[in-house]
Amino acid sequence: MCLAIPARVLRIEPDDMAVVAVENVKKRISTALLDQVAVGDYVLVHVGYALHLLSEEEAAHTLALMAEAGVLQEELADIRGDA
Amino acid sequence: MMTGTVDMTHGGGGRAMADLIRDVFQRHLTNPILDRGDDAGLVSVPGQRLVMSTDGHVISPLFFPGGDIGALSVHGTINDLAMMGARPLYLTAGFILEEGFPLDDLDRIVGSMAGAANAAGVQVISGDTKVVERGKGDGVFITTTGLGVVPDGLDLSARHVRAGQAVLVSGTMGDHGVAVLSKRENLEFETEILSDSVALHGLVADMVAAVPRIVMLRDPTRGGLAATLNEIATTAAVGMMLDEAQIPVAPDVAAACELLGLDPLNTANEGKLIAICPRSDAQALLAVMHKHPLGQRAAIIGETIKDPAHLVQMKTTFGGTRIVDWLAGEQLPRIC
Amino acid sequence: MRYISEFRDRALAEKLAKGIAQEADAARDYHFMEFCGGHTHAIFRYGVQDLMPENVHFVHGPGCPVCVLPVRRLDDAVELAEKHGVILCTYGDMMRVPGTGRRSLIRAKADGADIRMVYSTLDALKIARDKPDRQVVFFAIGFETTTPPTAVAIKMAKAEGLTNFTVFCNHVLTPAAIGHILDSSDFAPGGPARIDGFLGPSHVSAVIGSRPYEAAAQKYRKPVVIAGFEPLDVMQSVLMLIRQVNEGRAEVENEYTRVVTRDGNEKAQGLVAEVLELRDSFEWRGLGAVPDSALRIREAYAEFDAEKRFAVSDKQSREVKSCECPAVLRGVKKPTDCKLFGTVCTPDNPMGACMVSSEGACAAYWSYGRQRQSETAA
Repeated sequence: MCLAIPARVLRIEPDDMAVVAVENVKKRISTALLDQVAVGDYVLVHVGYALHLLSEEEAAHTLALMAEAGVLQEELADIRGDA
Repeated sequence: MMTGTVDMTHGGGGRAMADLIRDVFQRHLTNPILDRGDDAGLVSVPGQRLVMSTDGHVISPLFFPGGDIGALSVHGTINDLAMMGARPLYLTAGFILEEGFPLDDLDRIVGSMAGAANAAGVQVISGDTKVVERGKGDGVFITTTGLGVVPDGLDLSARHVRAGQAVLVSGTMGDHGVAVLSKRENLEFETEILSDSVALHGLVADMVAAVPRIVMLRDPTRGGLAATLNEIATTAAVGMMLDEAQIPVAPDVAAACELLGLDPLNTANEGKLIAICPRSDAQALLAVMHKHPLGQRAAIIGETIKDPAHLVQMKTTFGGTRIVDWLAGEQLPRIC
Repeated sequence: MRYISEFRDRALAEKLAKGIAQEADAARDYHFMEFCGGHTHAIFRYGVQDLMPENVHFVHGPGCPVCVLPVRRLDDAVELAEKHGVILCTYGDMMRVPGTGRRSLIRAKADGADIRMVYSTLDALKIARDKPDRQVVFFAIGFETTTPPTAVAIKMAKAEGLTNFTVFCNHVLTPAAIGHILDSSDFAPGGPARIDGFLGPSHVSAVIGSRPYEAAAQKYRKPVVIAGFEPLDVMQSVLMLIRQVNEGRAEVENEYTRVVTRDGNEKAQGLVAEVLELRDSFEWRGLGAVPDSALRIREAYAEFDAEKRFAVSDKQSREVKSCECPAVLRGVKKPTDCKLFGTVCTPDNPMGACMVSSEGACAAYWSYGRQRQSETAA
C-alpha cells in the first residue's frame, strides 16, 4: 500500500519544505510534489513528502454518506415494530 | 571532574583506572559499602527471601527525552526485582566503555545512575570497568545486577495464571519506545513525549499490600505489551481477550506510531507494569494503582481465557476482533 | 487525529454493517479483490471481516510492493551492498525479506554490509552529502505513490551535482497489474478464481487519479471503487461495490474523494515523467513478466541509475520451492492453502515475502486472522 497519513501544515520553509504535525508530533517534510500549500492545510504525508491536499468538504460528505447507510434498515425495523 | 575521553589506560588496571573509579564512579555512587573499595560488596540480609536479577543495557541514543542509559540501567534491574514483589536493596554495575568516549558524558551518565539509585533508595555496592578499542563498542554498555527481599508468602509467577483472571496495566503504552525513536538518525521527529523510565517498586509495594492475592506482575519492556502478554499466555497456557478501548495510549504516541507505521502495543516501556489478579480483586487493585503517582492511568484491559492455541486476542475499538501478535524481531518503521 | 479517528468510528461501522447486510443479495456470493496490501492490513487489523455478511469475500491482491519484488532484484541489492561496497539505503519494509538462500538485507548487514534504513529519499540524499567519499545507492521500491519522491531525489541530486548518489529503481505500476490479473486464465469465466469487483488503491490513486482504471472497468466489465485505507472507507466501498454488482454496473467510482480526484496529482505525474520512463516488461513475483508495468530512469538521468553505474552479476535466483506466495499474490490461493503456512513458514522464519511485509496476505493471516481458522476447524 503506501502508508500515508493526514497532517496539518504548521510552517512553510524555504526549498519546498514544511513542518507538519499529527497531534503534537512534528516532522519536516518536502512539499515539492504540491503546486501550493498554506499553513493550516491538511496534507497526506508519505515517505516524508506531501502527496496531496485533503478536502474538508469531501471528508464531511463521505462521513454523511456512511451515516445514511444503515438508516433504511432502521426505518423498516421501526415500521415493523409499529405494526 | 575528569575531562577528555576514555582511552585504553582507563581499563588497564593502573593509576588512570583508579582515578576514573574515584573521580567518576565513587564520587557519584558513594556509600559505605562501595567506599570500602573491596573486591565485592559485603551485605547482611539475615533470614529473608532474596531475589537476584541481572540486566544488560545497550541503547542508542545514550541520552533520550526523559532519560539516559544511566538511569535506565538502574530502573531496569530494580523493576525486574519489583516484578517479583521485592523491595530492592543493592545493585552492582559493570561498565564496558569504548575508547574515545567523552568523559563528561560518562560523568553525566554515572550522575544520573546515582540520582536514580538514591531516589529508589538502593545502593550501588560494587562495580567493574572495562575499556574496549574504538569501533568495538557503542559508547557505553552497562550491566546491573540487583538484590532484593520478597515479603513472606508472596509468590508472583506466570505459572500461577489461570483462565478467568483480570489483566491490568499501570499506564500508557509505548512512551519509551517513541521517545527513543524520535532521536534516531534518519527518523527524527519532534515530540514532547518523554521516556517513562522509572522505578516501580513503590507502586508494587502498595499493590501487593492491598491485594496479596495478586497472581503475577511483569514489566512490558522490549517488544511492548504484545510481546509480554504473549510470553505470559505461553507460559501459563491460557489465552487472553483484551479490550482495545481500555488500553491507555498517549495521543502523541498514537500519532507517532501512525506516522512510522508502528503499533504502540509492540513499542517498549520502561516504567509500566502488567498485573494479573483474580477478577474479584480487580477493582480493588485498580483503586490502589490509581492512588499512586505512577498508576494514575492504570486500567483493566482484559482477561485471561481458555484457549488451546494460547492466543492473545483483542476486541478492536472498531467492533471486530484481532490477534495481538508478538513480533519476530525489533519493530521497524515501514512505508507500506 | 483529524481525518483518521472519524474513519474508525464504531457507531458508523455498525450502521454500515447493517446497510451492507441489507443490500447484499443473500442468494449470491460477492468476491471483491482488494488490490492493495493496505486494505488487507486494515481488514485484518480492525476485524472488518467480522462486520461483513458471510457471502461477502475478500480476495487479497498483489498490491504489496515488497511482496511482488522478484527475488532476483533483492539479490542484486544485496550484491550492491556486499560486493560493490556501497551504502545501500532502504525503506525498513525490505530489511527482513528473504532472498536466494533466505539471505536478507538484515543478514547482509549483520555480515558487515553498510545497509541503512531510511524513512525518506531525503535521508538518502543527506547520507550522500555527508559521505562524499562513499557511493550511496537508494533501493527504490513501491507503486505510483512512492515513485514521485524518488523522482524528486534524482532531480535534486542532479541540481546539486552529487556524483556519489544513484537509485536502484524497482518502481511498478498498478493499472498494468490489474489488467494482467484479469487477463489471466485464473479469472476467466469457468476459471478457478472469481472477482466481482475491485477495491481500488487509495494512495496510488492520490497520485495517478481515478481515470487510469476506467479502461479496465469497461473492458473487463468489473466495477472498481477507489477506497481509502481506513476501515470505514473499506466498508463504504464494499457497499458501493455491492450496489454496482446488484445493478449490473461496472464503473469506476470514488469513495476516497477527500484525497483522490479524477486527474490525480499532475505535478507529481509530471516530475515522474521527466525522470522515469516505461520499461517494456518487468518481472513481478507471482504475476511473471508484465508488459509496460514498471519504470526505469531516463537516459538524461543515466548517471543516477545504479543499474548503469554498477554491473551486477548474472545469478541464479531461487525462491523456496513449495512457497505458494505467487498463487497467493494472484488471489488464486489463500495463505492457509499453502503447505508451509504456519508450519515451517512463520514471521519468525519467513520463506516468502508475503509472510514478512505487514501487508502481505500471509503475515496478515498469521498476525491477525489465525483465530478464524481455529474457529472454522472447531
